[in-house]
Amino acid sequence: MLHTLAVLVENHPGVLTRVSGLFARRAYNIDSLSVCQTENPDISRMTIVVDGDDQVLEQVTKQLHKLVVVHKVVDLTSESVVDRELALARIKVKADTRLEVLQTVDIFRGRVVDMGRSNITVELTGDGEKIDAFVRTVRPYGLLELVRTGTIAILRSDG
Amino acid sequence: MSKESGLKSKESDTGATVLLKALAEESVEVIFGYPGGAVLPLYDALLQSRIRHILVRHEQAAVHAADAYARVTGRVGVCLATSGPGATNLVTGIANAYMDSIPLVVMTGQVPTTLLGTDSFQEVDITGITMPITKHSYLVKDAHEIPRIVKEAFYIAGSGRPGPVLIDLPKDVLGNGVVPNPAVLNLKSYKVFGKGNAGQIAEAAKAVKESRKPILYAGGGVITSGAEKVLQELCAKADLPVVTTLMGIGSLPHGHPNLLGMVGMHGTVTANYAVDDCDLLVAVGVRFDDRVTSGLGHRFATKAKVIHIDIDPAEIGKVVRANIPIVGDAKEVLTRLLERVEKLRVSEWWEQIKVWQKEHPMHHAASDLSPQVILEKLGQVAGAEAILATDVGQHQMWAAQYYPVQRSRHFITSSGLGTMGFGLPAAMGAQIGQPDKPVIVVAGDGGFQMTMQELATIVQYELPIKIALLNNGVLGMVRQLQEFFMDERFSQIQLHANPDFVKIAEAYGILGIRVAARAELGEAVEKAMRHPGPVLMDFVISPDEKVLPMVPPGKAITEMLGR
Repeated sequence: MLHTLAVLVENHPGVLTRVSGLFARRAYNIDSLSVCQTENPDISRMTIVVDGDDQVLEQVTKQLHKLVVVHKVVDLTSESVVDRELALARIKVKADTRLEVLQTVDIFRGRVVDMGRSNITVELTGDGEKIDAFVRTVRPYGLLELVRTGTIAILRSDG
Repeated sequence: MSKESGLKSKESDTGATVLLKALAEESVEVIFGYPGGAVLPLYDALLQSRIRHILVRHEQAAVHAADAYARVTGRVGVCLATSGPGATNLVTGIANAYMDSIPLVVMTGQVPTTLLGTDSFQEVDITGITMPITKHSYLVKDAHEIPRIVKEAFYIAGSGRPGPVLIDLPKDVLGNGVVPNPAVLNLKSYKVFGKGNAGQIAEAAKAVKESRKPILYAGGGVITSGAEKVLQELCAKADLPVVTTLMGIGSLPHGHPNLLGMVGMHGTVTANYAVDDCDLLVAVGVRFDDRVTSGLGHRFATKAKVIHIDIDPAEIGKVVRANIPIVGDAKEVLTRLLERVEKLRVSEWWEQIKVWQKEHPMHHAASDLSPQVILEKLGQVAGAEAILATDVGQHQMWAAQYYPVQRSRHFITSSGLGTMGFGLPAAMGAQIGQPDKPVIVVAGDGGFQMTMQELATIVQYELPIKIALLNNGVLGMVRQLQEFFMDERFSQIQLHANPDFVKIAEAYGILGIRVAARAELGEAVEKAMRHPGPVLMDFVISPDEKVLPMVPPGKAITEMLGR
């Protein structure tokens, strides 16, 4: 099962290596990882999507806590969260498919951010499933390049 | 280093002098180390420092000695090496300390910050290399930070579940002048769990009271936390039978009526049967290592309710599910548990245990000069105050089984990593940490030759270490495994060109004694223990001796060979 972890860490060089190294040597699978500075410049937030059962998750969480650079680990999986991913996709277009592709982008509420003679570049945000669905839909037209940020997630407001 | 940047006044503080002052603040008495180019400023500053430096003959010995120093004293061990090969030579020893949760501060030199990342001479990324085997590490890029980093390093190394902390020190950081920042701990993200949850402890006390077949399974955590006395009181009050891990040896004295011996692969039959049959397993400061459980967590103590007490939350539930997990310091938790338990109704359980003990005593080999006889004689002559360090292999297990360890922190062994070559450097660290106690090292002829260059160090520092070499001319443990599990296809276990170890000793100015028969044993050991300086006893034993009992790989702990 996929779990989304929010991991608050020191904003120092080498911290990412400590965290990713831990996953590698304990053979935990990272599905996606995104990291950036938070509202507090001393703290970075990693959103790590990890695959494993509850026992694996318990170990992952405890082992992360043992790293001196880790402040807090929250498993967002069972919580009410907003999760988003950003994707940039370059899609092949021909005279006869251009309109269909643009309509598809529109349906998914994507945005065209660049346009060439034979392809367009689209920006799309949403949860992972939405991006997956978009990718499936546009692949037949010719998906030339795809970049995804990996999931970031935040708890929903309590009120 | 120019003369101007010397150590004459505070105004001319360098990173190196600041570092040594910070170490003095942490009451460091001794550094085990080896100099080199990148640490020149530090060795220069050492000339003016009161901290003692022990010059080893290989960096691996520096880290093992610091490790053993920490084990015998309960303090943080400190070692130092230069950049590159100096640093990489420490790696085995750092891993050794990490596996056995030994507090170390390991300092390495590094190329100047201006050359970092350029593949410069003697440059390695030692913080990267050691990341999986250190509790934490620092690459110091600014000398101002040295006091804080040193303070943090000692705190992290010694608190909670102890472990090695590495500080990598670029040459310019050590050499340049600096006005240091104050030493203020800044560890918001580092927590130590001390007391244990009161509700869980009450729950554990209830489980103990209800138990009719309890076993207390004691590990290194009992010794680290200083819980030996509480453990004895608990034994006396509740009449709990106790088994120990290799790391837990010494938590109860050898021969204590409640002690059933070591559990696991080379444990006693009684200890293994009792763990298998118990209805309550009180696991204290242990990690259910595969040398205990045979790698079969799901088949270990299956009839038992498990109370797991450990200061490291990640150990709880890692291998065996705990019914009552208690995260806390072993001493604190056991003290509070002691208040809540009373004498248990365990007489039937003890009767069963005594039957096992009678049916399955520890055997002595039939040979004239058997390893069992040697270890018992060493223990008998050396006495309760002696510290025994071991290397790794058959002799280590015989020592664990037969040497009568009477005190905690008096049995020093490489448990988790199983590092051949640990013994002699460990004995050095032990002797320097406890200069007034006799120190014996028992080693095999294989492991001894991995670090025997340290004979020079023990002579240089006049360490009166007694070396007991169990010399069988083979790599005995591997030979035993090949005999049992590879149908006696012996591969690469003959040490054909062994030197004459007595002559080796004599070449260093050490007294060498060869013992080839039981008739010579008593006199030789007594002579060695009486001798004021170091001695090497070369015990010629048979290569056919086995470590028994033994749980074969993949078998449950009750399925022992040599019952």
